[in-house]
Amino acid sequence: MTSIEVGARASDKRGFDKFAWFAIIAVVATYVRAIWFTPPEALQGFAQKIMYVHVPAAWVAFLAFGMTALAGAFWFFIRDPRVDRFAESSAEVGVIFTTVVLISGPIWAKPIWGTWWVWDARLTLTLFLWFLYVGYLVLRSAVHDREIRARYSAILGLLGALLIPFIHLSVYMFRTQHPMPVIANPAGFQMPPVMVRTFFLAFISFTILYVAFVRARYALATERDALDDAAMAGH
Amino acid sequence: MRTIARSPGTLSAAWVIARKDLAIEFRTRSAFLSALVLSLLSLVIFFFAWDPTAVGPLDLAPGVLWVTFTFSGLLGMHRSFGVEARDGAMDALLVSPVPREAIFIGKGLANLVFVLGVQVIALPAIALFYNLPVTRSFVALAGVMVLAAIGLACIGTLFAGMTANTRMAELLLPVLALPFFVPIVIPAAQSTADLLAGRPVSESFGYLRILLAFDLVFVFACTVAFPFTLED
Repeated sequence: MTSIEVGARASDKRGFDKFAWFAIIAVVATYVRAIWFTPPEALQGFAQKIMYVHVPAAWVAFLAFGMTALAGAFWFFIRDPRVDRFAESSAEVGVIFTTVVLISGPIWAKPIWGTWWVWDARLTLTLFLWFLYVGYLVLRSAVHDREIRARYSAILGLLGALLIPFIHLSVYMFRTQHPMPVIANPAGFQMPPVMVRTFFLAFISFTILYVAFVRARYALATERDALDDAAMAGH
Repeated sequence: MRTIARSPGTLSAAWVIARKDLAIEFRTRSAFLSALVLSLLSLVIFFFAWDPTAVGPLDLAPGVLWVTFTFSGLLGMHRSFGVEARDGAMDALLVSPVPREAIFIGKGLANLVFVLGVQVIALPAIALFYNLPVTRSFVALAGVMVLAAIGLACIGTLFAGMTANTRMAELLLPVLALPFFVPIVIPAAQSTADLLAGRPVSESFGYLRILLAFDLVFVFACTVAFPFTLED
């Protein structure tokens, strides 16, 4: 039996499993609730519904990059290839969710702010986060040695985490136009409870979706490494 | 100075490496001349990218200046590890009895001199072409340039070392380094604009503080990180 058959069989079992279905059902349930059972916002109307995609996607994007940086720090202590595979998976999923944030934001901004894009602090930060982690993935694809790749990725992940406050600080010096936090606002919730509940449902279902994606991507990375090992052993 | 060295001789070893790189650069002058010509060319080309009756040279110059410094600096940094690629020079450097931090500090110092060298020539050039009052608050302007150059050289050196062994080093270096240049270029360009417009130096303190903090954090972080980028 060749290694390719092993990989094919493994992917049948792993990756897209019951947990992935659970994540999909949770996300679908969130949107059924968000679209039909949550009242539209008084001033923004139906356009506000996109916030049920935008805000949880932003949460997952930051979570994913935070996990990548943490995995980088962790890798230096235990030097386990599994940690590196997790960092790789989390970064890739983070790029996807950041892309969703960057696409859904302008669609909302056009009718509400009257413009697709403004150079506001948080938009700019998210955009550079996207650039940073696309660079992370490009770097990974350019290094073939697994050990060196893991080391470079860990360094870039950690430096990226150091960079974020500086980008935020420097772009904050421009005027900021973004709506201020509505849920974690010290003045208390300013949203009706029905919307808050939908938002929390969205946060939870997106986090589950993140876990499902990372699991699938991690399984893929494991198989790729196993395939490489088998190819090496075959030579 | 010795007290901050991680082990005896780190700084003197770094100085030797910096002098070696600068001597190579001084004798061949290939990267410096290309970086300089690139800077002067972009200063000239950018001038024609805007309608001078709509955007005044004073508004245009800070952005042009910092885009120019960033890209011409990258040219030199890419080369700083490129010169070690031939004849196993990097391996020789690694087996030599110097701390690995010293290699980073030495290469970083050489790159810093490179960036400052480009600035020293490009600044009078833009003052001439764009008719800028650079002598106004010149000391503060020089401070901004030096602080920004330290950050550029530090980040550029680390990533140049990392990408040197990859297949597409010349493409990968800007992709990795440019996001890290954002917190340097924004405060540097903004404070340059303020200073050229004749605003009081105290208005630039906020930006200068970001630059200083960036330098402190990343010079330390990159010096610690660099030894891990080398093969054992």
